[in-house]
Amino acid sequence: MNATVARLTARSLLGRRRALLLLALPVVLLLLCALARGLAGPDEQRAAQVLAGFALATVVPLLGLIAGTGAIGPEIDDGSIVYLLSKPLSRMTIVVTKVAVAAGVVLALGAVPTFLAGLVLTGTADRIALAFGVAAAASGLAYCALFVMLAVISRNAVVIGLVYVLVWESLIGQFVPGAQALSIQQWSLAIAERIVGDQAGALGVSSAVDLVGIPLLLVVLLGCTWWAGQRLRTLRLVSES
Amino acid sequence: MSTLVLDQVSRWFGNVVAVNDVTMTIGPGVTGLLGPNGAGKSTLIHMMGGFLEPSSGTVTLDGEQLWRREEVYRRIGLVPEREGMYDGASGWEFVLANARLHRLPDPEAAARRALEVVQMTGAQDRDVATYSKGMKQRVKMATALVHDPPVLLLDEPFNGMDPRQRLQLMDLLHAMGEQGRTVLFSSHILEEVEQIATTIQVVVAGRHAASGDFREIRRLMTERPHQYTIRSDDDRALASALIAEPSASGVELVGAARDERARGEVGSLHVQVTDFSTFVRALPALAGRHGIRLFQVTPADESLESVFTYLVTR
Repeated sequence: MNATVARLTARSLLGRRRALLLLALPVVLLLLCALARGLAGPDEQRAAQVLAGFALATVVPLLGLIAGTGAIGPEIDDGSIVYLLSKPLSRMTIVVTKVAVAAGVVLALGAVPTFLAGLVLTGTADRIALAFGVAAAASGLAYCALFVMLAVISRNAVVIGLVYVLVWESLIGQFVPGAQALSIQQWSLAIAERIVGDQAGALGVSSAVDLVGIPLLLVVLLGCTWWAGQRLRTLRLVSES
Repeated sequence: MSTLVLDQVSRWFGNVVAVNDVTMTIGPGVTGLLGPNGAGKSTLIHMMGGFLEPSSGTVTLDGEQLWRREEVYRRIGLVPEREGMYDGASGWEFVLANARLHRLPDPEAAARRALEVVQMTGAQDRDVATYSKGMKQRVKMATALVHDPPVLLLDEPFNGMDPRQRLQLMDLLHAMGEQGRTVLFSSHILEEVEQIATTIQVVVAGRHAASGDFREIRRLMTERPHQYTIRSDDDRALASALIAEPSASGVELVGAARDERARGEVGSLHVQVTDFSTFVRALPALAGRHGIRLFQVTPADESLESVFTYLVTR
């Protein structure tokens, strides 16, 4: 970790319109949950549906995509990454810092609001809020590492990321059970299922991959961070001409 | 005092050879890397800056390989061509961040000193996004100087600068060279390079075309054979007069094409000239003596690329 890299990353990540975009998602989540609670009262099953279907399936992956690609992609595009690369600083330190800043943003704007949304919907009943808050944190970390890596290896990271989140996880995952085995969302649901415990089945909190999801999340977090560091060492800087 | 050495360096991207078997030594003082756009200058600078691996050959700084060696950036300052610079930060914050990234013992003092050197203390609190091209260039320079490196690499530093900014930067680079730093900058404009560079390295189409001091390069460029296309009211008479002129080495009568004749156009003369300064004085006098009217005298190969190409093929 490097404090100066973190400051520069946070400044560009939270500057201008991107901050509004990042803030919009948790605000919508909390408003939706407050509305559901106000209109229909506490309902644990509905809470699990909203948190799995909106917080885990949409808010956290999109935040991970915006924060992960935004932590390094624009710097590579506009060439300002050269000011980091021309320093006696290991590439791995740069990548780890970028992933950490992106993860911090996703934890603050994704995992914490998911936990709060759970509290709004059901209070502390059946540890639903805690389960989804932890699942959101775990998936947020994995998404950040994945999307930082994508931004290092491709100029089309946002498009590829959107296809993964919206097409693979949300669409194909619904109809093709096998696709769920390669879904960060499903891996993190395994954590929620474990924390909710015996009531998970009745509340509809179930993962397609069971406990193997937890080591898979770790593999993605560590593997993508490491690979991004390797690729940053050989990043080709494009000149103006 | 540091020396950059490129030894038989080539770099290709797929089937495209960007740099072809270049061997050169860049020592203390100001060196200009001269060549037309697309000649491979940026590729060379990226390899000298350790950002690009040579496909073959070696690039070393004081005997140490540069590729994948982050520690070498303690001795290299890089001024990139592109302008991306963390908009939203002020000049001071940006240079200070660079000083901190170098883990300097007193980053504030280093940033202050670097901004003073480039004369940007007056505008240091403004957002870098509001800077003019010249101011951005100077702040980029400050980030490269903040750790007081012995080697300075600048990629097309004069691009888009107005004459006053250009002079300021030239003075600065000259001062850096005088201090014993190894300063290398790329440019595609000979006049720019010869004003400050003590040594010039010419690169054309990825090949090392020439090297030496600017007088030598200038001589090579002006003494090369020049081509002229001439139209007159009597090309044949002019051709016979020109062949007796010592500064011309060859004359060719070129007939007009059919469609040109249909438009009433006649042919032209292609003249090869060995001493162009004598020729341009002799031609009007010679035409006058023979009563020939000159309609058109056009240098046929004055593009920068053709000048550079001559240096490669000579």
